Amino acid sequence: MTSRMLANECKLRRFDLACLRPRGRVTCGSGHKQIAPLPGVRGQQGDMGTMMTLRLGALSTAFAALAATTAIASCPIESGSIRVLSNEFGALRAVNAAAADCAGEGVEVVLNQTTEHRDLQVAALTPNPAEYTSAVVANSSIVPLMNEGLIRPLDDLIAEYAPDLPKLNQVSVGGNVMAIAFMANAQHLYVRTDILEQVGKEIPTTYEEVLDVLAAIEEAGIMEHPFAMNTKTGWNLGEEFINMYLGHGGEFFKPGTAEVAINNETGLKTLEMLAALNAYANPDFLTFDSNATQALWESGELAVAYMWGSRGGGMLDDEGSTPEVVNNTKLVAAPTVDGGSLPASTLWWDGFTIAKNISDKDAAATFQAMVHGIGPATVEANQSEAVWLSSAYQPGPQAEGVSATAQAGAKPYPMLPYMGLLHTALGNELSAFLQGQESAEQALADVEAAYTEAAREQGFLQ
Amino acid sequence: MPHRTFLWFILPSLAAMILFIFFPIISVVIQSLYVEHEQVVITSENCGPFGCQTETTVDLEATQELRDAQPLGRFNGLGTYVNRGHLATQELATAWAESESLGAFWGQVMNLPFYRALAFTLTYTFVCTPLVLGLGLAIALGVNGLPRVFRGPTIFFSLLPMIVTPLIGSLILFWMIDAEGIIGKSLQVLLDDPELSLKASPTLTWITLIIYGVWSSAPFAFVIFYAGLQTVPGETLEAAMIDGASRWERIRYVVIPHLAPLAVFVTLIQLMDNFKVFEPIVGFSAEASAQSLSWIIYNDLRGDTQRFGSAAATSMLTIIGVAILLSPVLIRTWRDFNRKRV
Amino acid sequence: MSSVTAQKRSQTLVIVSTTLVVIWLILAAFPFLWTLWGSFKVQADFFSKADWTNALTGTFTEQATGSAFTGRAYYGAWVQEEFWLAAVNTVIVVFCVVVISLTLGTLGGYALARSGYRYAFWLLMVALVFRAMPHITLVSGYLLPFFEWNLWGHLPTSIIVLVAINQPFTLWMLHSFFLNIPKDLDESAMVDGCTRFEAFRHVIIPVMWPGVITTGLFSFLLAYNDFAVTAMLLSQDNQTMVPKVASFLGSTFEEGNVMFAVASVVSATAPLFVLVLFFQRQIVSGLTAGAVKG
Repeated sequence: MTSRMLANECKLRRFDLACLRPRGRVTCGSGHKQIAPLPGVRGQQGDMGTMMTLRLGALSTAFAALAATTAIASCPIESGSIRVLSNEFGALRAVNAAAADCAGEGVEVVLNQTTEHRDLQVAALTPNPAEYTSAVVANSSIVPLMNEGLIRPLDDLIAEYAPDLPKLNQVSVGGNVMAIAFMANAQHLYVRTDILEQVGKEIPTTYEEVLDVLAAIEEAGIMEHPFAMNTKTGWNLGEEFINMYLGHGGEFFKPGTAEVAINNETGLKTLEMLAALNAYANPDFLTFDSNATQALWESGELAVAYMWGSRGGGMLDDEGSTPEVVNNTKLVAAPTVDGGSLPASTLWWDGFTIAKNISDKDAAATFQAMVHGIGPATVEANQSEAVWLSSAYQPGPQAEGVSATAQAGAKPYPMLPYMGLLHTALGNELSAFLQGQESAEQALADVEAAYTEAAREQGFLQ
Repeated sequence: MPHRTFLWFILPSLAAMILFIFFPIISVVIQSLYVEHEQVVITSENCGPFGCQTETTVDLEATQELRDAQPLGRFNGLGTYVNRGHLATQELATAWAESESLGAFWGQVMNLPFYRALAFTLTYTFVCTPLVLGLGLAIALGVNGLPRVFRGPTIFFSLLPMIVTPLIGSLILFWMIDAEGIIGKSLQVLLDDPELSLKASPTLTWITLIIYGVWSSAPFAFVIFYAGLQTVPGETLEAAMIDGASRWERIRYVVIPHLAPLAVFVTLIQLMDNFKVFEPIVGFSAEASAQSLSWIIYNDLRGDTQRFGSAAATSMLTIIGVAILLSPVLIRTWRDFNRKRV
Repeated sequence: MSSVTAQKRSQTLVIVSTTLVVIWLILAAFPFLWTLWGSFKVQADFFSKADWTNALTGTFTEQATGSAFTGRAYYGAWVQEEFWLAAVNTVIVVFCVVVISLTLGTLGGYALARSGYRYAFWLLMVALVFRAMPHITLVSGYLLPFFEWNLWGHLPTSIIVLVAINQPFTLWMLHSFFLNIPKDLDESAMVDGCTRFEAFRHVIIPVMWPGVITTGLFSFLLAYNDFAVTAMLLSQDNQTMVPKVASFLGSTFEEGNVMFAVASVVSATAPLFVLVLFFQRQIVSGLTAGAVKG
């Protein structure tokens, strides 16, 4: 390890600011500052039960109102090694750069920001010592790491280095904190207010109203295909089913087991709704990923769309679209469906984990650096990059949809050991139904068969 | 050549292949015979930024015990090969017993992922391969007839479909064939069908993929045939001309037989590569209508939960498929080889 | 009389074949030229859902930059995202892969061509089976051992893997090529007292270049365009061009800089133009001298 240290440190190209600065005393600025907790909010921190609704409320405009202090993680870190594996996009780059900034002299910093991170993480964290000390994950990608037991509980590290870290940021599994979340995301509705005005409709809050609005738009001859959602066969389509099914109040598995239970009335209703909505979508809809739907939105071809909140910034900026579209684009909560009370959407977080197969010294160094990385300085400098789970975050219009969806009580994406298998099965087996080639019953039966086989292979079912 | 000399010459190459292909294949074979050991699942209260949920997690300690007892997992024999995601023997038998007509049976078979993928893979292979051979030969003959000055740039531009990274090549083509893209729009005008969309219907998607496949592989066949044309013996051609053979007859009776060994090589490589078709499916977002065996492997390995056993079984089935496809060509090579030895 | 019709017919043939070449050239080059043109536009124009003619007129490009053409994508890719680092890595990988592949391949291919024993044939068959293995399965099998042995992420590892994966093709092609070099050539040298290796060095090497260069072209393209191996086996510091380009494309959640990807690909093709023009004579004479036999 040590031989790699210095060589690697300055090979870091974009991110190792320490390499550009005088060695040794890298100061981490506002990282040390304690933000005084607002009176009256502090009491909410410990109590999980009553916290829930309040916390979700806090996600909206009141981020700043949440009691939060930055950690007492001390920068620069004097020893250890910080090796981070993460996805590659702006917000994570900012976090990683700030974390790297926290490394003192002689501390190894290795960043690997790659779109292939999901496929690398299990193999990379398996050896002892692991290739990386931290993996940045989301609700779904933390699961394989937990299934294999490759990440460590963070409770001790929090107690020692970040006692004031808000509960909001702590992801706990069976009582142990396994990840620190710092960003939120969800799919929700995007609407064009000018088109709604033209047909004299309010902003829809249920999918039934959405269908009503779409029918009116088509009738008025304003647009041919006014609706889109990310329905590309595979992961995207699976995600749409999961969202809609949860909106219908469905349960994916028989409680406490890995036995799938989607071939039921709720499943059929879910598919019916997806088919009804996509009747208003372009016939290409089975190829629609975020890039396609965003381009469609920006070209002004859509009136209502169900897209990722993280794409909001791009759609609200002045690039790539006309002022007519941008000024009338409004991000609102995901609709409810079928008289249900929860929005048909799942909430997502991004967070960091600490590897198990590393020395405690490296774990402490990485933890402190990452806590610094997600600190207020990063958030303040990158307000528009993400919906941050931080007191320093001032939500702009691009966060309105995610906040509203969270506030309305949408559930998080299930962190189940076998959820990924069901997600893959859903993504692959539903397109034949949406193409009109098979019945909804057959499609659901196929999903169950494909999932059951996969779960058997993986040892979840006998 | 004595065995010892042969060994020294081949050793570096052989060592590389044994280390990086043979050993992995052995491990893949072993992997395909096992399934994961039982995972002990317990209920847990999970909390995060969005509240608490009662969910399940893997009981690591209990699972670790099982894992230590059976490091490879549970032996499953050929179980993975015959389950629904692969050869689906049981499902086939049920479908055969229950279907009233051949059409109904076929419909059921096409509902099984492996056979659905096999249908596309084989169609793609058997349509693309001859078209690539034909187009490659035609271009080679055409370019060979050009004045020398034009040949260099022509070769470069002909190689472009092969040079441009498939990742970006297919992305850009995907936007060009969009209903609003330059090619998609032109086709709508040409065919006088304003609703035409190459991405919407399965048939059109297959055609698009096949055209892309031919387009991107034709340069390979072209380069090899073009070079082969340079070696056509001049005397034979002249003799044919004196005998009054037309240009076409000369191609038919002199050039094509001369290129036959090249054609065998190109066929071999093309059959294999087309059978492994994968990149265009991802590049053109065609998963809804067209899935191939390689795509199934990719799909197994690229989820949140990677299914190594399933991917291993599909990989072995792919290798067996390739071996069957190539067997006629290989038998020919075997005869050639024995003839040469004598 | 008959010769006149023959000439006429051959004239038609020339016209037909030239037309065919021209059509093919348009088909082959048009997407690339379209990309070249589009790389000077902004994303909203080149990837327009509204109207493809935006890519011609540059409506949004004009709006965003004040002119119908912009070098933004190139600046973004090369300066902002330091694409040149990936380019340097690619040059290293591609150069090493081609050189090592060809060295191993020529030795092995020569031995296979000159050995009369059955096992030579079976080796060739086994090589074909090796080639049938999907790369993605191989690569995911490498991951764990490479991490365990600390081999992961380094350029040499990827180079060796690419060489090994490409060996079956190289062996086949070079073996067929050596079959066409008359046996008498090296055997007479051995009669004169050379060892097998000396005969190879002094007699075969001087005449083998054309075939080797052709095989080299295909090795080159494999290493240059590879995504499966380089994306999974290289760390960020050692990233090559194709994974770098892929990282510009964005993900489900995040918008990418697709125009950076377009500009990178266009600029990566330019040196190839020079390379192919430079080597095209050898490529052609290469296959000429050693026609590949099935």
